Amino acid sequence: MPETRQVVEVGYGGNERLMMNMGPQHPSSHGVFRMILTLEGETVVAVDAVIGYLHRCHEKLGETLTYVQYPSIASKTDYVAAMTAELAYVSAVEKVAKFEVPRRAQYLRVIAAELQRIASHCLWLGTWCMDMGGALGGGATVFLYCIREREMVLDRFEELTGARLLYGFHQVGGIRYDVPAGWDKKVRETLDVIEARLDEYEAMLDANAFFRVRTQGVGVISRELAQAVGVSGPLIRGSGIGYDVRRAEPYSSYEDFDFLVPVETAGDCYARYRVRMVEFRQSIRIVRQGLDGLPEGPISSRPGVKSVGQVRVPKGEGYARVEGARGEVGCYLVSDGGPKPYRLKWRGASFSNLAVLPYIVPGHKVADVVAIMGSVDPVFGEVDR
Amino acid sequence: MIAAFVVLNAVLIMVAYMTLLERKFAARMQSRIGPYYVGRPHGWLQPVADAIKLLLKEDIVPTAADRWVYNLAPIVFLVPCLLIFATIPFAPELGVADLNIGVLFFLAVSALEIVGLFMGGWGSNNKYALLSAMRAVNQIISYDLPFVFAALVPVLLAGSMQMSAIVAAQQGLWFVAYPVIGQLAFLAFLIATLAAENRVPFDILEAESELVAGFRVEYSGMKFALIQLAEYAHMLGTSFLGALLFLGGWLGPGPAALGPLWFVLKALLIFLVVTWVRWSFVRIRVDQILAISWKLLLPATLVLLLATGLVVALRGPGGA
Repeated sequence: MPETRQVVEVGYGGNERLMMNMGPQHPSSHGVFRMILTLEGETVVAVDAVIGYLHRCHEKLGETLTYVQYPSIASKTDYVAAMTAELAYVSAVEKVAKFEVPRRAQYLRVIAAELQRIASHCLWLGTWCMDMGGALGGGATVFLYCIREREMVLDRFEELTGARLLYGFHQVGGIRYDVPAGWDKKVRETLDVIEARLDEYEAMLDANAFFRVRTQGVGVISRELAQAVGVSGPLIRGSGIGYDVRRAEPYSSYEDFDFLVPVETAGDCYARYRVRMVEFRQSIRIVRQGLDGLPEGPISSRPGVKSVGQVRVPKGEGYARVEGARGEVGCYLVSDGGPKPYRLKWRGASFSNLAVLPYIVPGHKVADVVAIMGSVDPVFGEVDR
Repeated sequence: MIAAFVVLNAVLIMVAYMTLLERKFAARMQSRIGPYYVGRPHGWLQPVADAIKLLLKEDIVPTAADRWVYNLAPIVFLVPCLLIFATIPFAPELGVADLNIGVLFFLAVSALEIVGLFMGGWGSNNKYALLSAMRAVNQIISYDLPFVFAALVPVLLAGSMQMSAIVAAQQGLWFVAYPVIGQLAFLAFLIATLAAENRVPFDILEAESELVAGFRVEYSGMKFALIQLAEYAHMLGTSFLGALLFLGGWLGPGPAALGPLWFVLKALLIFLVVTWVRWSFVRIRVDQILAISWKLLLPATLVLLLATGLVVALRGPGGA
């Protein structure tokens, strides 16, 4: 494991280093995150990352809420991709309690998870471009385009669950809402539009020399570093390792679906961008397969919610992991047989991914810091929990 | 005196409505509507509302700031940006002063804006502002040279530095249509203009995602408005210069009285191209900006200038 606080030598002629605070309130800190940069001229020679500004005692909260109550709170860890944490939590409970989940519910979970990935990647692309292009520039244009597409997905979620950001869609043993009439047709139309718009984004970005010089060769995470730090999701796939929980340990019937796990070897911001752009299309493919093969049957193996304490889980412990938009989201759960978990531990994908920053930022210019930050795509609700 | 007063006020009003134009244009690009409700239809009172808002805002001077430098900077920045209009004639005999070294005056004065920028960045005593001021000096010095060289191409072709003489030389053929040389020079001029105006992709001074707002981060109220005004005035002035040097100034179909209208339309066209670039590109890094200038633009414009000299020596000046 390399030293955490790295200081690079840049052959600086001056005699004074500048300490600059980026955050906790800063236009490009996606939430509240503080980086203390040590600068020699324009070059960052060291970075100290400070987290914890958004800490809300999520794990303790999980111990005080019952298995019926917590899923809709779990969605508040990663509020940009709320379906992911819900799914991780209910999967962990089902694993400990050995509850069956009907196949229709499993398929709908997959559909929700993949739509969520599309929505989350839309926001990532928009905010990342805004970091590089500015709120008053080309970045804002991409941002507004992406938000337009994200809104369409959120509309579908609203029709499904009645909520646009934090859903409460999952419950232990299945899901809470079945699809409304005509929903699958609307989803298909949405996917067709997004698929066409993805080509537009690529035409706007891939063919743009300025975009390429800002991203290629910037923020390189080597294969070794990626493994040593434990990054996951698009970051590790951008560094040449084809690790995806959906493949490595299929959950919720992912083994029924046919999709590609994109891998890039360069490890730079551009590689991560390419990985996510392919993921967009693969998610669209998975949702279509899910809609085509949606089995009939019940959506939950458990009775509907009548009281908050109605789910009891036998003594035991278990760990469930899912592939979120940002990487592996894990939930470790210890049950003492009561209506609430005895202990709950989250593995936030953003938290582990963010740990790579101090290794890759030093040596870059100030402008690259925001490009690297954006390509890591952290959500601070998930980092601090 | 009266001419100067009229031109100054016309420029200020144009600048105010340029911001509206840019906002509407950007909104179109981003599939939005833009300002709409302040003055229907299409928010035509928005610039007025913005000005009143900025006038009423509290004027804050940071305790740590260098008061004198901080307070002076917006004015030092604004003066050269307005002074450049002094030598621009809007039609034959219609302008403040049609100097025989008009182009030189314009280039010299517009290069002075860097002083105000640096004062603002330094006087704010803020690290973001300081970095921005550093970048400003780097960038503007690097791009002033190609800017001057590109602007000298029409001067060579016309054989005069007087603005009206340059337009007169384009009677037969606008310089942008001059084979090869004209187009290349115009392109170089546009790129250098983007950098000199600190517009995306060269807006590293402002860089709000890294440096928050750069050198103007500490300014509020009317001082902020002055800086904003100066930037847009500079942009407008450069657009006028471009229209004058390459697009034939006030030349156009119809009676001569339509001249100023053509001139303004051409300048706005250049402004819209700049805006179009702004809202479609990402910002590039400081080292890449310097590399573009010193490794590409500067040698290219130098060669272009030499080639123009050769052409003029062989064929004589003039657009035809």
